[in-house]
Amino acid sequence: MGVVEYRIDRRSGVATYLQIVQQTKQALRLGLLEPGDQLPTAREVVEATAINPNTVLKAYRELEREGLVEARRGLGTFVRRSLGSAPAESPLRAELVDWAGRARAAGLDRDDVAALFTAVLDENFKGDKE
Amino acid sequence: MTDTAIQAAGLGRRYGRRKRDVLADCSFRLPKGRICALVGPNGAGKSTLLAIAAGLLKPTAGTVEVLGGPPTAARSRIAYVAQHKPLHPQLTVAATLRLGAELNPGRWEQSAAERIAYGTGGLEPKAKIRSLSGGQRTRVALALAFGKRPELLLLDEPMADLDPLARHELTGALMAEAVEHGTTIVMSSHVVAELEGSCDYLLLLQGGRMRLAGDTEELLAAHALLTGTGTDFAPHTVIERRASGRGHTALVRVADTTEESAAGTTGPARHREQPTLEELVLGHLRSHQAPAGDIDHTDHNDHTHQQETAA
Repeated sequence: MGVVEYRIDRRSGVATYLQIVQQTKQALRLGLLEPGDQLPTAREVVEATAINPNTVLKAYRELEREGLVEARRGLGTFVRRSLGSAPAESPLRAELVDWAGRARAAGLDRDDVAALFTAVLDENFKGDKE
Repeated sequence: MTDTAIQAAGLGRRYGRRKRDVLADCSFRLPKGRICALVGPNGAGKSTLLAIAAGLLKPTAGTVEVLGGPPTAARSRIAYVAQHKPLHPQLTVAATLRLGAELNPGRWEQSAAERIAYGTGGLEPKAKIRSLSGGQRTRVALALAFGKRPELLLLDEPMADLDPLARHELTGALMAEAVEHGTTIVMSSHVVAELEGSCDYLLLLQGGRMRLAGDTEELLAAHALLTGTGTDFAPHTVIERRASGRGHTALVRVADTTEESAAGTTGPARHREQPTLEELVLGHLRSHQAPAGDIDHTDHNDHTHQQETAA
């Protein structure tokens, strides 16, 4: 099994530790990581990405706080539970496909739809931790 | 045991009869285990500060403690890589490392030195130093510094000669060293972006004065970029202000970080953004009159006050 690699985008405006948190969650959603799997060690991450060690440790602490991983002393950090994903063929997806079609028919272009969708997301998930 | 790597109070240095102090009234405390960026324009006093911390230069004013004592007492626990990287040109890389081993008895770790010298994109052991490029010499100098297994690593413009790939590899190696051994690293540069991702502590020098000192996240949280239609950004302290369309954008020191909303950062028609470290540094450098900032709440209020009244 290969090691999960983090891609750090310094220009994204998203805090580096959050990028690691988000990419780990994405790996959990996609099934790239499953319970029992080991996350790369802090040494491996900093060696590959040249980011600050404390940033990696902060990201791992955050994942631990959310109950997704656990640190085992002297061994490393391991996945505790998986993240549920919306199955590709769920009713929610079908509704969204339908909605996107209607948005397009109403004359909205891709950017308009994305902006609208993001605004609604922000409104509905306001205050939620990422 | 102390948790402080470097503590300076009112530190100053003047060379000969030159009128200007190269370093003046510098006070800061760098905790152990941090990766610190020492940033400032050319001639700001970065090299002087590093040489003082390394115990190679005496300050002409103020005091400095390194790893809990005077810098000279900590010499065996410090590695210092000077900008010009003095190496013996006629020696091979392998012989240079042997020399490092003999000069640092009891501390030397050959494997750590070899990882840097011969690792990914590394050098030929039999290559003579004089045949190496500037970037390759940097690699040898860093290998010597790593082999010494220091508690404090002082690097003067370490990345200046390196191509982007070598820079990434060697920064990664530095960070790996730090995570494994809790090494405190101070590296100087006049390019902030170069250090932005790897550092968690910032010392900003300008004209020999410490403009900013503190944890990068705390410094960023203490500042904001505000855009509004007016020119009044009270109650915040404006560091730098520029016209933006019909309004103004200002880099401000937030009045009270514990009560951001109460302090009215979002006043009428104001848009608030978080500056990047580079924006923060450039804003402070452009504004010579920025009140000196020190987010680290140690005992040098007097110093901060002096700089504020001087501004």
